[in-house]
Amino acid sequence: MLLIDTEACIGCGLCEDNCPFEAIHVVDGKAVVNDSCTLCGTCVDHCEVAALAIERDEGEAIDLAAWSGIWVFAEYRGGKVAQVTNELLGVGTELAAQRGVKLAAVLLCGQSGDVPQQLIAAGADIVYIVEDPALADFSDDAYGNALEDLARKYKPEVILAGATAIARSFIPRVATSLITGLTADCTNLAIGDDGHLHQTRPAFGGNIMATIICPKHRPQMATVRPMVMKANTPDPARQGEIIVETIAPVRLQSRARVVRTVFTEGEQLNLSEADVVVAGGRGLDTREGFKLVEELAALLDGAVGASRAAVDSGWVGYPHQVGQTGKTVASKLYVACGISGAIQHVIGMKSSEIIVAINRDPKATIFDVADYGVVGDLFEILPRVIEKIKERRS
Amino acid sequence: MRIVVCIKQVPDAKDVRLDPVTNTLSREGVKSVINPYDRHAMEEGVRLKEQYGGTVTVISMGPPQAKAILSEAISCGVDDAFLVSDRAFAGSDTLATTYTLAQAIKKSGAVDLVLCGKQATDGDTAQVGPGLAARLDMPYVTCVKKINAIKDQVMRVERMMDDGYDEVEIELPALLTVVKEINVPRFPSLRGLRKAKTFDIPSYSAADIDADPAQLGLGGSPTWVVKVFPPECKGERSMIEGSLEEIADKLAGILSDSAYGA
Repeated sequence: MLLIDTEACIGCGLCEDNCPFEAIHVVDGKAVVNDSCTLCGTCVDHCEVAALAIERDEGEAIDLAAWSGIWVFAEYRGGKVAQVTNELLGVGTELAAQRGVKLAAVLLCGQSGDVPQQLIAAGADIVYIVEDPALADFSDDAYGNALEDLARKYKPEVILAGATAIARSFIPRVATSLITGLTADCTNLAIGDDGHLHQTRPAFGGNIMATIICPKHRPQMATVRPMVMKANTPDPARQGEIIVETIAPVRLQSRARVVRTVFTEGEQLNLSEADVVVAGGRGLDTREGFKLVEELAALLDGAVGASRAAVDSGWVGYPHQVGQTGKTVASKLYVACGISGAIQHVIGMKSSEIIVAINRDPKATIFDVADYGVVGDLFEILPRVIEKIKERRS
Repeated sequence: MRIVVCIKQVPDAKDVRLDPVTNTLSREGVKSVINPYDRHAMEEGVRLKEQYGGTVTVISMGPPQAKAILSEAISCGVDDAFLVSDRAFAGSDTLATTYTLAQAIKKSGAVDLVLCGKQATDGDTAQVGPGLAARLDMPYVTCVKKINAIKDQVMRVERMMDDGYDEVEIELPALLTVVKEINVPRFPSLRGLRKAKTFDIPSYSAADIDADPAQLGLGGSPTWVVKVFPPECKGERSMIEGSLEEIADKLAGILSDSAYGA
């Protein structure tokens, strides 16, 4: 619970101003907490007179020393290793070095081919492989049980997975079965002075960042946002150990079966992994207008993004929607065309490296998150920009 | 078929604004609403009931104010609603939340289908649905965009993936988390509004759901938030100005350099 030292409290109101939940108020010169408190700790951080503290139950930790090693779930689907897996092996290399332990990749698949060698080249010291026809298609039951069983056997201190559709579906089940903590969609990972994994993620729609630890349970589990961590340069000569594991058949039975898989054809739809995203909003006016965005995206080898307004107008399909109810992107370049910058959209794109905004309204809030802004008419500017890029490339 | 839908009260994103000075969330005048994804879960529950028969019960874990969203759920066609509320729940992370919800669902009776929104718009973890399924020992499918059929206790659904979609068959009882394309939620009906007016929403405490105190709230949460801070601010943006030619020229340079590397 939140402890308030009424002797120390000076009623300054910093806690009240900073509480994201309207859970603490100054009444008669002293802070008072109400039922909305989630114990997030924001007030404790802001209190300048140390009048606030969170009381935690000093329950026993499990035997932390029994758990050692950094694991990365290697996501493999449709014959491809997900790019985020390489990124996790990149950050995993650093974490493993800091902890003085080995970095392992866990590959669950129908047939592994040369994937284990790829994972070693990308940084894995050990690859645990489970090959079974039951793992050829993703299934929450089979993948969940397999990873859980391996974790119980080898006791890694950390398990990382990409914040992808697959991992965000089955990793929470593994964490629940292991009765341990899981942090979603992390954008930064580091080993703290306390030896724990410090997991930082955007909270509250990306408006505050929270650093989270899991001090008394193991493994420490996190899903990590794609395109944030840096992959190692692959080294095909790198040596590593390959350990083939089998899982009890009963644990690979699934109560849900994939009947068929439909890969969305045509343009690149995997927005969340795109380096370049060109996105359009209401300012494009029509379906015809939106084609300018598609043309620029194609020219820059990028993906097409859209605000909710553009999707709701039917100019482009929902898979292209960026924002709170769509995809989150962290591209190297994000070009926002005719997007006003509603917070729901901004949440989904603001971690992009370079943001360029073009809008006819100089007051559009999209300019607040942009690195480069242009106030003007899209229908004049975009065609000229497209021509000029073509000139530069020829 | 007995369907249970889990819903959460969240701040209305429509009203949320960034304070340009402090770069923090301004919550002044922000209304609390049903988590948008949960609306679609609720609607799907009511549609399944209309097609296959049965009942829909909506539950929420939260402060007493969360009764408001349960009442709204009644007006939108669900049959029954209850709240689980206790100060002992404060500080729950997703693990403690799934424990609490699972206890509440088990206590409420046998269930054929549990529906959740894909994620809540305040936490954005998307962890409660799958975690709850694990607690209830139910198979589950996340990010469902369509329910195609239910026959002989087997449900056929479409699951959104990053690169397309999977059609999945799942045995009931099961849990699904849904995305917004699954349906268009209805508005409250007059009949529903009348029912909501007189419907007294029960509230159950930790003791009422036979919860083990050690697994609740802060004590039952393995994850601890140790620091909360504002995101790094972007440096000053630069506005590109000049004639159309000048603007197009500079912009073409920036875009090519950023996209292809300088």
